[in-house]
Amino acid sequence: MKSERIKTDILIIGGGTAGCYTAVTAAENSDKQILICEKAHIKRSGCLAAGVNALNAYITEGRTPQDYVDYCVKDAHGIAREDLLLTMSQRLNAVTERLDREGLVILKDEQGKYVARGNRNIKINGENIKPLLAGMAQRHPNVRVLNRVNITDIDVTGNRINGAFGIGIDDGTFYIIEASAVLIATGGAAGLYKPNNPGFSRHKMWYCPFNTGAGYAMGIRHGAEMTTFEMRFIALRCKDTIAPTGTLAQGVGAKQINALGEVYEHKYGLTTSERVYGTTAENSAGRGPCFLRTEGISEQQEQSLLKAYLNMAPSQTLKWLESGELPGKSNVEIEGTEPYIVGGHTASGFWVDTDRATTIQGLYAAGDVAGGAPQKYVTGALAEGEIAAQAMLRYLDGNKPAGISEESAVRHLSEAERFLDGSDSPYSAEQLEEAMQTVMDSYAGGIKTNYRFSEKSLGIAEKRIIQLEGLSDSLRAKDPQELMYIYELRERLTVCKTVIAHLRARKETRWAGFAGNTDHPERDDEHWNVFVNSRFENGRTEIILRSVSKG
Amino acid sequence: MSIEINSQKCVGCGKCRDVCPGTLIALGRDGKAFIRYPRDCWGCTSCLKECPVYAISFFLGADIGGMGGRLHTEKEGDILKWMIERPDGSVTVTEVDTRESNKY
Ligand SMILES: Cc1cc2nc3c(=O)[nH]c(=O)nc-3n(C[C@H](O)[C@H](O)[C@H](O)COP(=O)(O)OP(=O)(O)OC[C@H]3O[C@@H](n4cnc5c(N)ncnc54)[C@H](O)[C@@H]3O)c2cc1C
Ligand code: SF4
Ligand code: SF4
Repeated sequence: MKSERIKTDILIIGGGTAGCYTAVTAAENSDKQILICEKAHIKRSGCLAAGVNALNAYITEGRTPQDYVDYCVKDAHGIAREDLLLTMSQRLNAVTERLDREGLVILKDEQGKYVARGNRNIKINGENIKPLLAGMAQRHPNVRVLNRVNITDIDVTGNRINGAFGIGIDDGTFYIIEASAVLIATGGAAGLYKPNNPGFSRHKMWYCPFNTGAGYAMGIRHGAEMTTFEMRFIALRCKDTIAPTGTLAQGVGAKQINALGEVYEHKYGLTTSERVYGTTAENSAGRGPCFLRTEGISEQQEQSLLKAYLNMAPSQTLKWLESGELPGKSNVEIEGTEPYIVGGHTASGFWVDTDRATTIQGLYAAGDVAGGAPQKYVTGALAEGEIAAQAMLRYLDGNKPAGISEESAVRHLSEAERFLDGSDSPYSAEQLEEAMQTVMDSYAGGIKTNYRFSEKSLGIAEKRIIQLEGLSDSLRAKDPQELMYIYELRERLTVCKTVIAHLRARKETRWAGFAGNTDHPERDDEHWNVFVNSRFENGRTEIILRSVSKG
Repeated sequence: MSIEINSQKCVGCGKCRDVCPGTLIALGRDGKAFIRYPRDCWGCTSCLKECPVYAISFFLGADIGGMGGRLHTEKEGDILKWMIERPDGSVTVTEVDTRESNKY
């Protein structure tokens, strides 16, 4: 493999929502060299590839940032950082107005005010939101973008960041990237658990299947403190197409009903996890399948829905039109997805301070990879990117790059070369990925067990995941893309181990819809109104409990 | 669910290959694009929107209720025309004005 050494002031790992906006903010406020490394192409990479349906985090008229904080804390059943949520909420509207000026289509009333959807959302046409953000980042001469470079590890000595390593997926170039400050913005982790449809359509999942938890894994490996991995996110979606349900619920007021036609949502509560729980509970009680009641909506509403879904989840429109079962005629079946780890919806991710600095000096995190602040969505990811950019610029003032040692570079290069040495392997990355997903599904609270697990089952999961980690050493790749698949699998296995450790540590059931601990089926505020954090040290995951009040 | 690339139409510009968020598309020796990992497609339709000659279509797998329909898209100015073609040859066209916000 040929290698290339690059030096930059700021390295951004992942050119998604948060990554692009961080680059924009840093470039507009300095002449520092900024490098984005993106495993795909920033034009359409990550969560925003298909487009989004609304801006889910906005302070609507008459509300305050503190109202948004209170809502998030309540929805997370108390496990969220108010300091992070507040610093984010204070910027939600400014980043929205910026997108508006850049050309994002936002619905306005006659006075030019944004039209709200409920208390916290505004209506947009979000089909082109990613090309728009990418364009903003690319127009600055001090922003350089390396597309199709998969970052495989960060380099840390003495708890200080030196840079990262990456592999070009076209020609296999090995990149050694030295930077004074690094932002991790690789999004969350999909593909840990067996998906709803594990066959041909295995990637028809809610979260972006190409966000494989790389950032989490790099942080874990180097001893960064992580938080709340036990709060997994399970999306309530339209069956099969895994398209959003919020558009039906909020847009045309469709209620959740069971097979008997009874509205059940009020029985279980309306927080995000309770909506999932209600659906699982109705199914378990034999009253499934469950639906969103769309029958009887007007033709005009139906037409608007067909279009709205084309702008964010085209499969749903295809399904309606090819089957002829339009939403006005047939209720839309819903189901819970497999669990994801995603800090933009729940609170899992890097433990950061209000600058979005992680516990590793010079390493920052923003977006779905950063923990403590659930419900950040698109605008929250942008707000965090802006905060991190400003903090990194301040950090650069006092800190020069330490450089990456030759020893470390050689070690990382040899690892990649070993996977590419042309020998045979008894297994493929795909086989081990399926094995991992089956283990997590069966023993760590997947769809199969209605998201429930026990101490005993977690023990089995841990043992099997460690075995798979061992087996992954024997994997071999034929080309750089397959090499990336090996790294992705190993990242996921690392994240799985942390998820298992966190699930085991929280000895209560707080978010019944997202996770049911059968040994401790009740919520226990007396003991567990705390953050479960962890650090990987000397080959072990150490659990650290932190108080919620102090944050 | 996955995509299909019509090699008769493809002019080998490589735009779909560049834009796929999973880097699943490659150019073959004949200079035409093909999907290397059909089962890994997320269904984001980025490649469809990028293709200048509309050579790419999208379909639902039978495992998620697909019935043989195909989805294409063409762009005319600000209008994205989405076409759903059924096995019996019937086509439904839905036009989306990209300057208009979602109503919901
Ligand atoms: C299907 C879907 C619909 C959504 N709809 C809405 C909505 O309507 N409204 C709303 O407000 N929010 C919505 N969200 C949430 C919102 O999109 C996300 O919270 C937000 O985009 C996350 O931003 P991010 O920067 O953390 O991740 P992303 O934007 O996904 O960026 C992560 C980037 O990192 C890259 N990457 C990953 N690993 C590596 C690596 N090892 N090396 C290099 N690059 C790497 C990825 O390719 C990607 O580009 C939706 C999310 C999804 C998945
Ligand atoms: S639909 Fe999206 S994921 Fe599938 S091949 Fe096209 S660009 Fe790639
Ligand atoms: S974008 Fe269209 S024309 Fe260009 S390579 Fe892809 S399929 Fe061929």
